[in-house]
Amino acid sequence: MTIEELEQIAKSVQQENAKYDFEVNVCMDLACASQGAGALKDALVKAAEASDKKVLVRRTGCMGPCSNGPLVRIDPEETLYHHVKAENAPSIVYGLGGSPVPELQCDLNEHFDRQVRVVLENAGYIDPEKIDDYIAHDGYKALLTVLTEMTPNGVIHRITESGLRGRGGGGYPTGLKWGTVAKAKGDVKYVVCNGDEGDPGAFMDRSVMEGDPHRVIEGMAIAAYAIGASKGFIYVRAEYPVAVSRLTTALREARRHGLLGNNICNTPFNFDVEIRLGAGAFVCGEETALIASIEGKRGTPKPRPPYPASSGLWGKPTLINNVETYANIAPIVRNGGKWFHDMGSERSKGTKVFALTGKIANTGLVEVPMGIKLREIIEVIGGGVPGGHKFKAVQTGGPSGGCIPEEMLDVGVSYDALVKMGSIMGSGGMIVMDDTSCMVNVARFFIEFCMTESCGKCIPCRAGTAQMYTLLTRICNGTGTMDDLALLEDLCVTVKETSLCGLGQTAPNPVLSTLKYFRNEYIEHILHKRCPAGVCTMEAIESEKEVVA
Amino acid sequence: MRKNGFARHALIETLHTVQSSFGYLDDDSIRFVALSLRVPLSQAYGAATFYHYFTLKPPGKHTVTVCAGTACYIKGADKLIAAAEKRLGIAQGQTTTDGQISLMTARCVGACSRAPVILCDGEVAGEVTREQMLEQLERWAVE
Repeated sequence: MTIEELEQIAKSVQQENAKYDFEVNVCMDLACASQGAGALKDALVKAAEASDKKVLVRRTGCMGPCSNGPLVRIDPEETLYHHVKAENAPSIVYGLGGSPVPELQCDLNEHFDRQVRVVLENAGYIDPEKIDDYIAHDGYKALLTVLTEMTPNGVIHRITESGLRGRGGGGYPTGLKWGTVAKAKGDVKYVVCNGDEGDPGAFMDRSVMEGDPHRVIEGMAIAAYAIGASKGFIYVRAEYPVAVSRLTTALREARRHGLLGNNICNTPFNFDVEIRLGAGAFVCGEETALIASIEGKRGTPKPRPPYPASSGLWGKPTLINNVETYANIAPIVRNGGKWFHDMGSERSKGTKVFALTGKIANTGLVEVPMGIKLREIIEVIGGGVPGGHKFKAVQTGGPSGGCIPEEMLDVGVSYDALVKMGSIMGSGGMIVMDDTSCMVNVARFFIEFCMTESCGKCIPCRAGTAQMYTLLTRICNGTGTMDDLALLEDLCVTVKETSLCGLGQTAPNPVLSTLKYFRNEYIEHILHKRCPAGVCTMEAIESEKEVVA
Repeated sequence: MRKNGFARHALIETLHTVQSSFGYLDDDSIRFVALSLRVPLSQAYGAATFYHYFTLKPPGKHTVTVCAGTACYIKGADKLIAAAEKRLGIAQGQTTTDGQISLMTARCVGACSRAPVILCDGEVAGEVTREQMLEQLERWAVE
């Protein structure tokens, strides 16, 4: 495959598409599919065949506002229909070119206007199982440019210049990481993609892998060229069967087109990728645990150093990046580092995809420039809290993150600002809670999660989370005392400072941040045996009642 | 196993294949896999018990999985689990004595925008109410 051949494919796809007057794009992501998008697509194909208009019906990846699904977008008019059912198909096809179907039209301009799409630029526009669709949208152009025109150092320089930081949560500068692995000594090196999105409440990596799998593969191939690797692994959760099958198809197609394999683009560069399945262990998102899991062992972390950059998979230098990080690579190479550097805030560049869920009107995926205010994400893009309830907190970073209260919403989103607030960026889950959620109960939920997910290797995490869970359960029951609260705080600090890996070090974050901002709720539970949100059942009071009776 | 060239590091892949073919991992199959891939039995058993995805007990005829991710929890998944436990008379992770229904929980299936989510024999259903879930269980119970 050469650049000329690539352009030839892109051209033929465009010519093919030009034969049609209308494109009907159906979102077939999990959320829409669970609402009948499959039957809808079949009905649309049937209606299009019956009509004399030239209509192309295409399945696509996630369009974003999942709460409005199933979604259908008509191009070139860019009309967006929501809550579409199979029986609407004939009227949609009938309305093409004329007046759109008014009762299905949705107005989400404000939702989309504030977003900037880099990672999700193809989501909703291409068929994820067709490599030609991806190539027609500048796909693999970056890889071939890199192979024919750039040196590995040049690539690393461009990534460094862009200011991209790891999107898995830690925020380590990507260029620096690549440079370290490139300099590491060793004839065999590996590239690993971390697709173990264990963080409950986050699904952007799933959407990228399902909606635009080639983008991840291209990013990995560019990384492999930059660091001198010839073998890659994508580690995906087994809970995402669709992502696994899409990636398998994408890898097969890329190999068939000569974009993976030996002598890619007639250069000496060889690269291939294998898929590895996770099996439901949150700790495997930690890089050393992930490496152990790829090797077929239990996913238990190892002390660092040595870092995977010098001794990773089978003791070889290994580059590990998150799905979203790799998804950013091709656009950076295509548009230059400065283009990316110009977006975002001072120390956090580019855009970030968030999975907006919980008590919010527009749930789904959003991609926003770094530095945007949390309030804007929640109230404008997310449409605010529905049902007349009052916003209480937003939880970011999953079980390792924290809860951010209303008064902090005017802070711009960046890695550093979120850490300062006692939370973390994490992989990008954003769960909105309203006044019907009890913060103590939420903290207990996360500690329970960390307790069951702790691998058991180091004691602070294994025993500490279990003790924290007992204390929180007591507070939730109304049997806790102020001493319990003091002990809990003490324990949080110990676990945070002495645990071996990221899981234990961040496990106390939900407790610490709720204690910081919602301390009165804890006090209320302890002293007045009352749950302000009415979530917890107070055993103490129940048993008192029994005694009286 | 042949697909992965009998590579030792493909242990987890192999266990996945066994589980998707037989529904669970029993002693014989773990022994067989360990022997074929030349990994110590302890490592194979260790991996099979460490990862939540693998189950050593045969599942019921039908499985209902309630997602217990954060978004689902905020939207009341805990109440769904409690209702299902009460209806079936079993705790999560167990199967009814007649082998008809298994009740499982999952750590996020990635459909958070449609929370709370349950999986009925692998089919995703979103924004589920207690009544809808119980109705499904009722249908399975009388089969």
